Amino acid sequence: MLTEHRARANGHSLFATYDLGAVYDEMFDEAGEPRPHYRLLYQRLQELSARDLQQRQSYADLTFLNQGITFTVYGDDQGTERIFPYDLLPRIVTHDEWAVIEAGLKQRIQALNMFLHDIYHQARILADKVVPRELVYTCPHFRREMRNVAVPQQVYISITGTDLVRLPSGEFVVLEDNLRVPSGVSYMLTNRAVMKRAFPGLFANYGVRPIDHYGHALLTTLRALAPAHRPDPTIVVLTPGVYNSAYFEHTFLARLMGVELVEGRDLLVHDNIVYMRTTAGLRRVDVIYRRVDDDFIDPLAFRADSILGAAGLFNAFRAGNVSLANAVGTGVADDKAIYAYVPKIIKYYLGEDPILSNVETYLCEDPGERAYVLEHLDELVVKAVGESGGYGMLIGPHSTAEERERFRRLIEAHPRNYIAQPTLQFSRAPCFVDGRVEPRHVDLRPYILNSGDQITIVPGGLTRVALRKGSLVVNSSQGGGSKDTWVLFE
Amino acid sequence: MLSRVADGLYWMSRYLERAEHTARLIGVGLNLMLDQTPESVEVRWKRLLAALRTAPPPEGATEAYAITRALTFDPANPNAIVSCIALARENARQVRQQISSEMWEQVNRLYLFVRSASPEKIWQGEPIEFYQAVKEGAHLFQGITDSTMTHGEGWYFIQVGRYLERAGATAMLLDVHFRPYLEASRDPALSLEYNDWVGLLKCATAFEAYCKVYTADVQPETVAEFLLLDGEFPHSVRFAADRVQRGLQAIAQSTGTRSGGRAERLAGRLRASLDYGQVEEIMADNMHAYLDDIQRQCAAIHSAIYQTYVTYPVEKALDS
Repeated sequence: MLTEHRARANGHSLFATYDLGAVYDEMFDEAGEPRPHYRLLYQRLQELSARDLQQRQSYADLTFLNQGITFTVYGDDQGTERIFPYDLLPRIVTHDEWAVIEAGLKQRIQALNMFLHDIYHQARILADKVVPRELVYTCPHFRREMRNVAVPQQVYISITGTDLVRLPSGEFVVLEDNLRVPSGVSYMLTNRAVMKRAFPGLFANYGVRPIDHYGHALLTTLRALAPAHRPDPTIVVLTPGVYNSAYFEHTFLARLMGVELVEGRDLLVHDNIVYMRTTAGLRRVDVIYRRVDDDFIDPLAFRADSILGAAGLFNAFRAGNVSLANAVGTGVADDKAIYAYVPKIIKYYLGEDPILSNVETYLCEDPGERAYVLEHLDELVVKAVGESGGYGMLIGPHSTAEERERFRRLIEAHPRNYIAQPTLQFSRAPCFVDGRVEPRHVDLRPYILNSGDQITIVPGGLTRVALRKGSLVVNSSQGGGSKDTWVLFE
Repeated sequence: MLSRVADGLYWMSRYLERAEHTARLIGVGLNLMLDQTPESVEVRWKRLLAALRTAPPPEGATEAYAITRALTFDPANPNAIVSCIALARENARQVRQQISSEMWEQVNRLYLFVRSASPEKIWQGEPIEFYQAVKEGAHLFQGITDSTMTHGEGWYFIQVGRYLERAGATAMLLDVHFRPYLEASRDPALSLEYNDWVGLLKCATAFEAYCKVYTADVQPETVAEFLLLDGEFPHSVRFAADRVQRGLQAIAQSTGTRSGGRAERLAGRLRASLDYGQVEEIMADNMHAYLDDIQRQCAAIHSAIYQTYVTYPVEKALDS
């Protein structure tokens, strides 16, 4: 029965080796029929040869290379730059699916923002024993310095990129919240621009919701953050500099908003006021969209060896003379151990059930759960709580005995540092690989903007692809790529 | 505008001008080589190296391939074309959001082009075409800059960078030709031929423009007059000094500069000395010292720009 249907999906040579597998396939239903919202794309692909697609792919790659949308390969003195692999075939999300995602993310961000305000003020949620006190206070991203600091409009998280995956049931669940300096939004926008040029006809007929207003929405969000007495605020983007792998994105966002891109060495703080050094003298800065981690923004307050920030910046922030997006200390809410409590956090502050579920999570801190994790290392994914970017991870089913042994020792030494989750069989989407269309695992990172009185999510996000066959890791630092994401009109 | 951005734009422009200048000199040099005796070839390559302030490569200064390779592809040589273009691009990357996408794409394309070039293949094929392509790449960048970037403060920093580089490089180019010429009265072996003067003009893309003013009668005095003092030819020193001064005036205006415009004054003085200079006097006096002084003045203008706009002391800025 299944093989028959598979043959149907394989009716076209591009799809000859397409294997539906046991996971949710974004394009085909269980019977091997293209889902209604993918039908038009499927038909269009029928008319194209591998050569046509290859041509468009080369065109897209060249566009990225010429525009310098590249990252530097570390540890290579030739200064080799690579493009982030871009997959030609769009990932399509229906109107109804998006409505759930949007409502769920808004709810989640609102609750997490309230959580941050609470733990840096009265800490009611800790007193009520909903979240264990020691879990918050042992989190390396908890910033004692933020206690009782009033942040503008009580907005801690202005910009979020939340990672979602789709389970075999078709349900989207939250894999992790990125509340510090989420990246990738420039790829969401450039992927779209390239897509429009590579497939203009298809795009025009599909009814795809636009995402071009992201720059304006971001600027509005940052403006709302400005200190009240500064009616015409100067907004800047703070980058670690040209050697940062996301440097392209920093320049892209500054250009998109028409604001200055500054580095730490452009800034100086005098009498708790932040200035930037310009050709016309010093100019006051009001809002900083900082793409530098907490640790590095101020050598006086945090890491003394940092040259990426500005000395005195944190005091200026505390004095309310400059706003930071995101605020300092938000990392405590995307700690992977706190993550396990997010459903309870939503319930606690909003009195609502979470619209988007979490992935089941075992805290190694808990002796019972730790024992279970250590017994099932070969089945679970183990993650270090403070890491991101796919680092510090053990994927049980793909691991060697040696790696498992290493993690066993790590977990036993620092149980607070680790959590484990079941190895998710998250959904796959068709990708153009080596002249054929093949399924690859994908996730989805929408970008959420929070200006206090309004939460905006541009319809779309970054769909990241694990381009290596069978791989579950989508991070660009680990061989992942990305594709355009289409959210359809009703 | 951020001081760091002004600095980036200025150097992006200077490095591209330098790359273009080097490509132009090598292109002319390769062309001249076609009808020369081996002895004159050696003299001319040495002169070219001196004009570019580059020491001869160790493996035999006479070997054209070794010289052009060092001037073009040696990453250890900061003045090599590939280094200059890489630095121009690096600076462009630092100010990526201040320049147009078209500008960035062009400097990036030029960089990818020179980086992917193979010295051996170029040498065995058509080297002149390669240098032509580098020159055109740089010209295209200038054209794109003029037509896609706002002609505001940033654009003027680009202008100042380009023309300050050009004024210094042209003065140096003149010096390496006129020093042996003026000393030839003592040592006839140093004398320059007609071809050398034509070569000098071509090094400054000035041959055709020169002929329109002076006809094809190429004399050292008129060559000097044209390349130093002509007011309308874009590769003359006077023209470059004029553009530097205008650029600095525009920058001072848009920044409302407080510090009395030392850079402007220095640029104005250089321009005035060229406006009213007489070629006979310059050549009769000490031309080498004169050309040296122009280069010194260019360096002084550069320092003044830095003191005014980039590395000014913070205490002073806070007081004002």
